[in-house]
This record gives sequence, C-alpha cells and structure tokens, in this order.
Amino acid sequence: MNNKRFVYADNAATTKVSPQVLDAMMPWLQEGYGNPSSIYRKGREALQALNKAREQVARGLGAAPGEIFFTSCGSESNNWAIKGVARAMAKRGKKHIITSAFEHHAVLHTVEALKKEGFDITLLPVYENGIVRVADVASAIREDTALVTIMYANNEIGTIQPIAEIGAVCREKGVLFHTDAVQAIGNVEVDVAAQNIDLLSLTGHKIHAPKGVGALYIRKGVPRFPNLIDGGGQEAGRRAGTENVPYIVGLGEAVEIACAGIPQRAAMVRPMRDRLIRELLELPHTRLNGDPEQRLPGNVNISFEGIEGESLLLMLDMNGIAASSGSACTSGSLDPSHVLLAIGLVHEVAHGSLRISINDETTDADVDHILGTVPGVVEKLRDMSPLWESIQAKKAV
Amino acid sequence: MLYSDKVLDHFSNPRNVGELPNADGVGEVGSPACGDIMRMYIKVDGGIISDIRFKTFGCGAAVATSSMATELIKGRSIDDALSLTNKAVVEALDGLPPVKIHCSVLAEQAIKAAISDYYTRQGIDPLPIVGNIPDAEACHTH
Repeated sequence: MNNKRFVYADNAATTKVSPQVLDAMMPWLQEGYGNPSSIYRKGREALQALNKAREQVARGLGAAPGEIFFTSCGSESNNWAIKGVARAMAKRGKKHIITSAFEHHAVLHTVEALKKEGFDITLLPVYENGIVRVADVASAIREDTALVTIMYANNEIGTIQPIAEIGAVCREKGVLFHTDAVQAIGNVEVDVAAQNIDLLSLTGHKIHAPKGVGALYIRKGVPRFPNLIDGGGQEAGRRAGTENVPYIVGLGEAVEIACAGIPQRAAMVRPMRDRLIRELLELPHTRLNGDPEQRLPGNVNISFEGIEGESLLLMLDMNGIAASSGSACTSGSLDPSHVLLAIGLVHEVAHGSLRISINDETTDADVDHILGTVPGVVEKLRDMSPLWESIQAKKAV
Repeated sequence: MLYSDKVLDHFSNPRNVGELPNADGVGEVGSPACGDIMRMYIKVDGGIISDIRFKTFGCGAAVATSSMATELIKGRSIDDALSLTNKAVVEALDGLPPVKIHCSVLAEQAIKAAISDYYTRQGIDPLPIVGNIPDAEACHTH
C-alpha cells in the first residue's frame, strides 16, 4: 500500500516555510540579533527590518504601516481584537457581540469567555451553503452592539463570506467590524478600506512563514482599546514583548509574496480543486460541504456516508497523503466539527468528512494520486461499516 | 496522538471483518452521533464461540479493538468471552492513547451484546448471565 509518494494536502492546517521567506529570515537569526529598541547600530538595523516588514504587511492589506501590529499568531490577534474592543465598548454600555456559528475556536471560545463576563452573544446561522447572510447581520445589530466579527473564509469548508457588504452594513450602523482573515490572505484580494474592515487578524503559517507570528490590523479611526499584553512599549505601546524580528521579517516577506499574483495562483489551483470535487462526488452517497463557487481556490471538503474520518485519514496517511477531517476523533472532542454541524450535517455524515486543501505547489500527479487512492480506501471502510448496507437502501443524501 | 504498531496492524489488516449470515447472536453498540458503532456476529457450538465477525464504523482504535477482541474470544467458551475486559484488549494491543480507551470499552460491550442476543434467541433471560450493558453515551466517560 505504501507508494512512497508524499502528497501534502493539508495547507489549511499549516504550510511549509518557503525558500524566499527562509532566506529573508536567516540574517536575523544570525548576525542580525539586535533588539529593535536599542540605540546602537545593531538595534537600529533590527528596527529597520521591523519597519520594512510592517510596510509589506500594510501594503498587502491596503492599510497604513501605523495600522499594523505584530502578534504571535492569529489566535492572539483574535483574542486581542475581540476582548479589547468588547471591554472598551462595555464602558459605553455596549455589551452585545455578533459573530457566526462556524468561526474558528479562537473566535468562538473568545466570545464564550466574554459571555461568562456578562456579554450577550449572537451566533448568526450559516445555512447549508456555509455563507453568512448580510441581511442577518443587519437585523442582528442593536443599539448596544459593540462588535461584529465574521471570518473572511472558513477554514474547514473554505466558503468566502460577503465581507465588503457586511462591512458596509456595520459602517452604516456605526458598529465596529472585525474579520479573522487567517485563511483568506493570499487566496482572495483584501482591501481593508474598500471592504469597510475595521480590524483584521492574519497569521504567517498559512502563507509559508513559520508558525509563531501573526498580525492585527487596526484602522486608525477605531477607538483605543485595552492591550492583551502589557509591558514595555513595543508596538506603539499596544502589544508588549521584544519583537520577534526574524519571524516578523518572515511574515512581511510572506505577505508580500502571498498578496502578489492572487488571480494567477487561483487560476492554477481552481481547476485541480474542481477536478477533485467532480471526481470524488462520482462515488455514491457523498456530498460537497459548502458552496462550490464562493469557495477558496484550494479547498475541498466532502462527506462520505457510512465511514469515519480518522480511519480515512490513517489509510490516506499509509498511502502518503496528508489531509484532515471533521470527525469527532480528529477534533479531539465528543462532537464532530461545529462547522459541519452548523451547515446542517447530521453527526454521522459530519464524522465521515474529508478536507483536502491544495495550493499552487500541488501538481496534477498529486491530484492523480489522491483520486487513485481515496475511492479504494472509502470502499474498504464502507465494506467494514455496519451502516453501509442501510445507507445504500436509502435515497442519496 | 500515537498508535502502537499492533494497533496500526489491526487497523490496516483487521481480522474477522464481515458478517455471519446464520449467526447465533448479533450485538450492536455505540451510536452514529458518537462516531463509533460496533456490530459483532457470533456462532456458538456447544458453548464455544466457533466463529465471529465484526463490522465497525469508527476511528483507528475502534477498528483495532474490534479486531483484537474477536481474535481474543474466537474458539473460546462463552464464559471466557464474558470475562474479557477492555483492559485485556488494550494490553493485547500494547496500549491505547488515553483519549481512545473508550473504544475498547465499546468492544467489550459489543461482545456482551452479541452473547446477550444469543441467549435471548434461546429463550433464556440474558440479564443474570451477561449483566447490564451501559448506555452508548457511557462509552465517553473514562
């Protein structure tokens, strides 16, 4: 069974550091070890590297450098933005937060923590296609709404949200709008001004920078909100901690590369994605999760009725394919993915989901290997399954 | 999370997969909501489990524990089969990650359910012999 061909199809989970990013980082892991706050030359050089990275990230988003703040990751950016804004707005009597039912846990668990502090949380539905409706956002906004936070693109099913329209509604109603853009950067064109975005989270490790670095965009007009991390005056006094120069340099480089050539990369990747979807859907009792069009160019998420996700992944791994699933066993909890439940899948169908996330380094031969492996694995697992017989007797899902 | 070589072996080459069309007892435990369902078929001859098959919907540990459990009780007496504990299954597999121990509990229950069904078909009340088989949801408490 072991073909020795390795196909990495889990780019939504994390990506390999690219050679250009690594090259940009290396000097700052070697001779460029200065603390950017230091007055001497080594410190000033590090500060210049920091400034350059800040400009690169700003340009990628269509923002000003002074609006970019470096963090350790997307989760930190999400925590800081949401908790910070919530606490600032609470002082003005606004204790209502609107988000979606299928946000990443870094957002969902953050709002849950705020709920325990007395905030009122509205979870907007995402319907069967996995897309938030702008009208729902508009009607959910109240006098006391402090913040709307909606992810730009969902990490599991890849659906892309109507961010510019949601931002416009929030702007019109005078409510701050944050978006977790961790999965969107490099895949869709982000323009914070045109898309009415007040705050935006991003991370490096989804775009070929290392794990452990992210950023938060805060539009200049957003009222000052509390720090998550207090201490020395780094990041204009808003996020303490000696700056992780090499990693921030890597992030800057990665954002610059990611934000250039988005349409060209998408044009390369989409056909492979669509081929995977088309051919895998030829297997009986399967379904695509999430809208087929409003979808990240590299995301495939398919449920195979009658089988369980972890088993599927183990067998794929034995065939050299790395992918992920929304089953409970893989989520480490008792329930399958909240994203799949939010789009209306019943538990057992959610358990049998497979997420494949390819990128512009994926080749047709890789796709061939995936398509040559999955059907056989699905068949073997279905033959072992006590559910398969009765599923076949039913109508297709 | 790491699986032992034995677990991976029983997962990729599971023993006794399938059905027994003329089974003397069939037991099914678990639930779709759980993400874990085991069904065991047994043939009983003179108090001995002469043949056994299983079907499982579940993770690597679920498949491996089903496979190992059937191997451990095939050819053994019903009494021996009833005294098989999930601990024995886990040990036979060289251990399971803590978060997967509940799969072995399900295997133990599936065997008891099959034997229970065997007695019921004989017109014998299984409860005093097999005992109570806890609810599917209980498999998650460990």
